[in-house]
Amino acid sequence: MKWSEFFVTGEPLIYAADVAIVLTMIGIVFVLTYFKKWKWLWDEWLTTVDHKKIGVMYIICAVLMLFRGGVDALLMRAQLTAPNMKFLDAQHYNEIFTTHGTIMILFMAMPFIIGLMNIVVPLQIGARDVAFPYLNALSFWLFFFGALLFNISFVIGGSPDAGWTAYFPLAGNEFSHGVGNNYYAVALQISGIGTLMTGINFLVTILKMRAPGMTLMRMPMFTWTILITCVLIIFAFPVLTVALALMTFDRVFGTQFFTMANGGMSMLWANLFWIWGHPEVYIVILPSFGIFSEVVSTFAQKRLFGYKAMVGSIVGIAFLSFIVWVHHFFTMGAGPAVNSAFSITTMAIAIPTGVKVFNWLFTIRKGKIRFTTAMLWSLAFIPNFVIGGVTGVMLAMAAADYQYHNSYFLIAHFHYVLIAGTVFACFAGLHYWYPKMFGHILNERLGKWTFWLFMIGFNVCFFPMYFLGLMGMTRRMYTYSDGLGWTPLNVVATVGAVLMGIGFIVLCYNIYYSARYGERDMTGDPWNGRTLEWATASPPVHYNFPVTPVVEDIDAYWVMKKKYGGFHVKEEDLKPIHMPSNSGRPFWMSVAFFVAGFGLVFKWFALAIAGALFIVLGLILRSFEDDDGYYIPVDEIKRMERAARKGA
Amino acid sequence: MGEAAHRYDETMPLEYRTQESRLNILGFWIFLGAEVALFATLFATYLVLFQRTGSGPTAGELFEVKDVLIETLLLLTSSFTCGLAIFEMRRGRMSGLIAWLLVTLLLGAGFITFELREFIHYVHEGATMQTSAFLSSFFVLVGTHGAHVSLGIAWMILIIIQLLQRGLTAKTARKVFIVSLYWHFLDVVWIFIFTLVYLLGMVI
Amino acid sequence: MGANSHQESFPWKHIIGFLLSLVLTFAALWVALSSGLPLKAVIGIIVLFAVIQASLQLFMFMHVNESDSGRMQTFNMMYSFFIAVVVVAGSIWVMQFVL
Repeated sequence: MKWSEFFVTGEPLIYAADVAIVLTMIGIVFVLTYFKKWKWLWDEWLTTVDHKKIGVMYIICAVLMLFRGGVDALLMRAQLTAPNMKFLDAQHYNEIFTTHGTIMILFMAMPFIIGLMNIVVPLQIGARDVAFPYLNALSFWLFFFGALLFNISFVIGGSPDAGWTAYFPLAGNEFSHGVGNNYYAVALQISGIGTLMTGINFLVTILKMRAPGMTLMRMPMFTWTILITCVLIIFAFPVLTVALALMTFDRVFGTQFFTMANGGMSMLWANLFWIWGHPEVYIVILPSFGIFSEVVSTFAQKRLFGYKAMVGSIVGIAFLSFIVWVHHFFTMGAGPAVNSAFSITTMAIAIPTGVKVFNWLFTIRKGKIRFTTAMLWSLAFIPNFVIGGVTGVMLAMAAADYQYHNSYFLIAHFHYVLIAGTVFACFAGLHYWYPKMFGHILNERLGKWTFWLFMIGFNVCFFPMYFLGLMGMTRRMYTYSDGLGWTPLNVVATVGAVLMGIGFIVLCYNIYYSARYGERDMTGDPWNGRTLEWATASPPVHYNFPVTPVVEDIDAYWVMKKKYGGFHVKEEDLKPIHMPSNSGRPFWMSVAFFVAGFGLVFKWFALAIAGALFIVLGLILRSFEDDDGYYIPVDEIKRMERAARKGA
Repeated sequence: MGEAAHRYDETMPLEYRTQESRLNILGFWIFLGAEVALFATLFATYLVLFQRTGSGPTAGELFEVKDVLIETLLLLTSSFTCGLAIFEMRRGRMSGLIAWLLVTLLLGAGFITFELREFIHYVHEGATMQTSAFLSSFFVLVGTHGAHVSLGIAWMILIIIQLLQRGLTAKTARKVFIVSLYWHFLDVVWIFIFTLVYLLGMVI
Repeated sequence: MGANSHQESFPWKHIIGFLLSLVLTFAALWVALSSGLPLKAVIGIIVLFAVIQASLQLFMFMHVNESDSGRMQTFNMMYSFFIAVVVVAGSIWVMQFVL
């Protein structure tokens, strides 16, 4: 391979990005060295096994990826604003819609959700950490280096260009010669392994580490949704693992799974991809439902309406999510029996989802509503998500889907469910739990600006797309000719996209502004919350709870406040606390995964094997490790508690 | 983790005594659930593709009863001896435990030897991973199982070393128990490979 | 069945499980290669034998239902079996039109 093929060349945009990347890296190294922060970075972050810090790192990555995916989106909207635009060529456009989709789902939505669940779930169930803290760090670093590997394809070797679904035969060797789709297969594989381990970790955590008295039916709704999400992850991600492995075999080792000759079956890829892909959609939407449930209940100042029905509908949605996958490819031609069956199961999902919508509405009814930013996102979610849901039922009708399939109607539908569902939830959760993460509140005034700009921009951007789809505009076309009548609606959509971009900038400014001037949360409970995370200091001491709380009912902390005036700790009840030790191994093992993956992408097998050997070495060292953590003595706990609570 | 993590329960077998061990064992069971989904996907791929042989040989032309039966009996017996190792461990007999683990290892190594011979034989007949969709899916399904067995052998060796170094403690007992779960599970997968790959391939 | 520490002196369960596994293996082999039954019956019987043998491993060797998490473990394996059936049977059914 020549160096001119190794680096992506030819576009001014790429060269600008190269310069920006190099300057950013120099900047980071300079700042860390100048302020002597390398040791701090290593001790406090890179080797940490604290679920709260890991969660914060997930969210930082998610926001960066939201920026990257958002820039991709704006480039696409710029190209589509007017007919016959020459801003991007066809190949570049293909790469951008591919990275936009992949990044937004796997490297933005997933880590945002996983970050929030890392921070919140152990606190909500009254635990000191997750079941396997070391594994949790490994999960994060695998995600991080998977995302890094995916993103460097932009400047080294070339981006994947076969869509985020990477359908064969397009994604195969016959039609995609470069290394772009190798990046897709390998990078998703690495971060997917991390996600699977997160699923196992949190399932065991929730099943076995709840505070005394917290039966399953007393768990906060967010924890419930995470429990079920973990089950989905555990059974869906292995399917992706296999599908990506087969893709890698086809592309790197010349096997015949999805090829056009020797018996290969390209359509089998679509089948396997969506067996994972549909549960994946619910993996990002169920936690969102959980976040909205927490926020709505807190700011309506009422217990969540229909708790048991909520739990039942989550379980129902999770069950159905594994038996609907064919609705993503009704037009493949599987025949009326198959299409009808999957059409019915798909429409059935509307029932439990409808139950949930009514439960949120009844929670709000007669509540003393406080219109905070988090609550605004939750209130906006309901009508916007219902628009996405109803158009989803339209798409679920197999016969009608032949009209809608792969048109902008579909694009509008899934952005309405994924943005109004997941992205609104991430923003709601971010504003709601921000004081718990950092000890200060995100400025409400700026938060509301973000909300209105983004929410209005979202509707202006995506609502016209329903009509563009019905007018015949198909997905993934990089330009269109004049005189089709699509131009006005495309202009409107681009204006909406710009509004969303401005909303995002306001959010970033808010993060900076609030860090400097934001209101400090001294109470640990700024929203008059209902669940146990609000019983800790903001931010919590690293062992979370000085003594394990005892739970008496749903909304455990609310009950404590009503009965005892809060969560009180008597100093004589303190006992030494056992905590896990930090470890640098998850970090360097994930670097080894990155190196091995990079070797596999370029078929540099010596490099791949070298990376793999370091992975094996890490596993062996872990097996022989004899570190049982350490104890925090009682005096130390007393000192830390006083320091954390001195403002209260 | 808290005091609960170190709650010690004398009434249980050694491998279940600490809370940490119980978390690990439950976590491993859940991981096995994920492995079921992983192998199910490989089986689905194989069953969709196995009659698509292109210009290569068919399953019926390739498979031989004798080889398959030897592999099956080796792995089945190793699962049995692995069970005996746990039985000995629960009686607190270190020597019996290590002896049966070694027998299990040898049987597993025998299985891998026969499987490799089978693969090499196919390749000599011109049946490689690249020949047809049938052979791609065959090698990846059976090969993934074989890779799991090889990993199991390496893992078991590490644990035997730890048993010799540290003796039978709550921690080493838990490790032995978990590797035994893994080993039995690989036999479960093999039962389905025997049935759905070899028997089915020889019938159709 | 609880995970109690008193232990039988002879591994009856393991031996019975092993013998049954051998019987089922050879029975499946006979049904497939020598019974002369119609193809659909052969497939049904050998798959049934495989499921029984897998359950033997799970209960006789792996003690899936022991310990305080026994119910969770059993449910987990049953659900994974359900997912396996959905993935395998579903894929075959969905892809039937090109087979």
